Amino acid sequence: MIIRVGLGSCGIAAGGNEIYNYLHKNIHDKQWSIDIEPTGCIGMCYLEPLIDVVLDHGVIYTYGNLNPEKALDIVEHHLLNQNPLQDYLVACSNEANQGLEGQVRVALQRCGIINPESIDDYIYSQGYLALEQVLSLTPEQVIVEIKNSGLSGRGGAGFPTWFKWEATREEKIPVKYVICNADEGDPGAFMDRSLLEGDPHTVLEGMTIAAYAIGAAEGIIYVRAEYPLAIKRLEIAIEQANNRGFLGTNILGSPFSFQIIIKQGAGAFVCGEETALIASLEGERGMPRLKPPFPSQKGYWGLPTNINNVETLANVPWIIRHGGESFAAMGTDKSKGTKVFALAGKIKRGGLIEVPMGISLRDIIYDIGGGIKEDKQFKAVQLGGPSGGCIPAALLDTVVDYESIKKTGAIMGSGGMIIMDESTCMVDIARYFLHFTQDESCGKCVPCRIGTKRMLEILENICAGKGTPGDLDRLETLAAGIKSSSLCGLGQSAPNPVLTTLKYFRPEYEAHLEDKKCPAHQCKALLTYFIDPKRCKGCTLCVKKCPAQCISGQVKEVHVIDQEKCIKCGNCLEVCPTKFNAVVVD
Amino acid sequence: MKYCCGEQQDTQSSRSEFEPLTDIIARFKEEPGSLIPVLQKAQELYGFLPIPLLNHIATELKIKKAHVFGVATFYAQFRLEPVGKFLVLLCQGTACHVNGSDRIEAALTEELKINIGETTPDTFFTLDSAACLGCCSLAPVMMINGQAYGPLTPDGARKTIREIRQKEEGKEGEPR
Ligand SMILES: Cc1cc2nc3c(=O)[nH]c(=O)nc-3n(C[C@H](O)[C@H](O)[C@H](O)COP(=O)(O)O)c2cc1C
Ligand code: FES
Repeated sequence: MIIRVGLGSCGIAAGGNEIYNYLHKNIHDKQWSIDIEPTGCIGMCYLEPLIDVVLDHGVIYTYGNLNPEKALDIVEHHLLNQNPLQDYLVACSNEANQGLEGQVRVALQRCGIINPESIDDYIYSQGYLALEQVLSLTPEQVIVEIKNSGLSGRGGAGFPTWFKWEATREEKIPVKYVICNADEGDPGAFMDRSLLEGDPHTVLEGMTIAAYAIGAAEGIIYVRAEYPLAIKRLEIAIEQANNRGFLGTNILGSPFSFQIIIKQGAGAFVCGEETALIASLEGERGMPRLKPPFPSQKGYWGLPTNINNVETLANVPWIIRHGGESFAAMGTDKSKGTKVFALAGKIKRGGLIEVPMGISLRDIIYDIGGGIKEDKQFKAVQLGGPSGGCIPAALLDTVVDYESIKKTGAIMGSGGMIIMDESTCMVDIARYFLHFTQDESCGKCVPCRIGTKRMLEILENICAGKGTPGDLDRLETLAAGIKSSSLCGLGQSAPNPVLTTLKYFRPEYEAHLEDKKCPAHQCKALLTYFIDPKRCKGCTLCVKKCPAQCISGQVKEVHVIDQEKCIKCGNCLEVCPTKFNAVVVD
Repeated sequence: MKYCCGEQQDTQSSRSEFEPLTDIIARFKEEPGSLIPVLQKAQELYGFLPIPLLNHIATELKIKKAHVFGVATFYAQFRLEPVGKFLVLLCQGTACHVNGSDRIEAALTEELKINIGETTPDTFFTLDSAACLGCCSLAPVMMINGQAYGPLTPDGARKTIREIRQKEEGKEGEPR
């Protein structure tokens, strides 16, 4: 019997380590013949901490929402009478996996299944077979296979991967680099992190294949310092691969040699942009430069460099093993294969999913994600983070492919998918993203540095009830200017969250501007809290909790809020017992 | 401006103060473009990057002081001020924002009586923000010295801080 404990960052945050240590100690003390292993994130983050009980005949029971005692209880039940404990059972591999229905796993095929710190687990699940296969092909043949697959960059722009590989290969300078972009900067997205934590070898294998195709001898993984677990697992994986001859000189006895090193990013969103990333690797401030020349022509230290995203590279070994056509068989006319998304926000089953291109947003949100938390009204889904946009309910049948999503004004992005319900204010969301981009703008070009600041000021004013007529036009003019004249993708896409919310939720902006009301009850300055005299029973809870001491009233008397003094903290609403519901906000 | 690159002269004493860094600098000296890893290692050692330390690194790596200062202030990871014993990182990622992280921020700033980016006078707590701590399904989330807390309520966040403070004060009050 094997116990697998989900120890991705999400599992650890929910208490996975405590479970692992507790079970480990018990197994050791009681001398049970059970193996216990860590594994990565299976994607069902909403059920963490999770454990799998893998019985000797291969049936897997998955349990969720655990604590150490419950986990031990489960193990004992299985051990003593081979019985699953129904109370916490999430799925059994004999049944259709709840929450994994509708998904197709290519990049994530091993995440949450293998022990990411064991190269044997990786090899046992057909790992490094693709690399072996590739070494008997010519680099040109490898590029053709990737071309046939239709794989395009998963880092956001969706550029055909084979094209970048070929362009770098064709450069005459013999010293070339492969860089894996693991700087995942979208706030609210964690696809690349989960992949690196759950299956680091697949990224190393993808990189090595890319290096072979391009003719590079050195590779760099640029990973955020905020991902310590991913870095640790990558370090382990690189060492193991070196020891087994999958990396290093004369890989698997061939003339091909390739090294990978890790460099840690130091926390700057703009460093996800490839030219800024290169500047950062060279020890400079992470400021982008104009393209062309593209990194494939002049990259790291001015040498030809191919930069790919983590997920892009994770697809490569699968494509080689199954053939480009199998990958191209999934998806739509122009967008092939699968895409990983990080589902979060007001969604019931938040976590990591991988779906075939061409699936509709509705299917993702309602079938896979289980719908909106507390069955509230769906309002919008945000794709592409600070560079993307909000797609409204009317467009829920939009399918996931690069073209269809672009048509809505959003972008596919790297895979962050935030679900919003009726209680989310779209003006506030626009303000939130502009605050982010304004803060992260590197300051090199004027339209981005000053333009985003001006847009943010207008949005802050609107949210504070200080908007003036003409603000929306000013926002649109600024947006057009910033989009067309910024130096890099950060500025060029920064206005998208504002433009899409203006396009689909204009009445909400107008309510803020003209009526000085926030329909979603989020913008503090526009709210009024008052106490319904018919419902107030005079329990004094709110009086005690008010930090501004602006609620008057004795026990069993109707309380009143002094609007002049109210600081709109919302404490009264929070403490008013649900049986009274006397505090009303408008 | 609070800092000036020329403020401190290199002296023998500052040399010995930075003794622990010698190996690191020796390792990276010959590698071009290694300023960022050196700063990262230095911060690991010292907890933060005081100006004399930056100047020392500049001299050793033969890079302009202004350049070192420019890089150190560009990246969010580098701190030029010391951090408190407990680093409270409040997630301000999109998922946490949608789930009400501003109310947690209000509660924390009120409880700690400092703003984001500041340290309490007793140097127990530094409050800072982060863009996605990677446990969005627990949103809203904060992380204190690597341990994640979530889903938070304003009261829950206050309570966590109070418990840590009580424990610490208990420790300080103990007879030695
Ligand atoms: C502001 C900005 C941030 C970016 N952040 C990332 C990122 O975090 N991860 C990533 O893979 N690509 C990011 N990109 C895209 C990269 O510049 C580049 O297109 C990508 O790494 C190429 O890999 P791919 O072709 O495999 O997608 C960003 C681009 C911009 C403009
Ligand atoms: S947005 Fe807060 S943990 Fe991801």
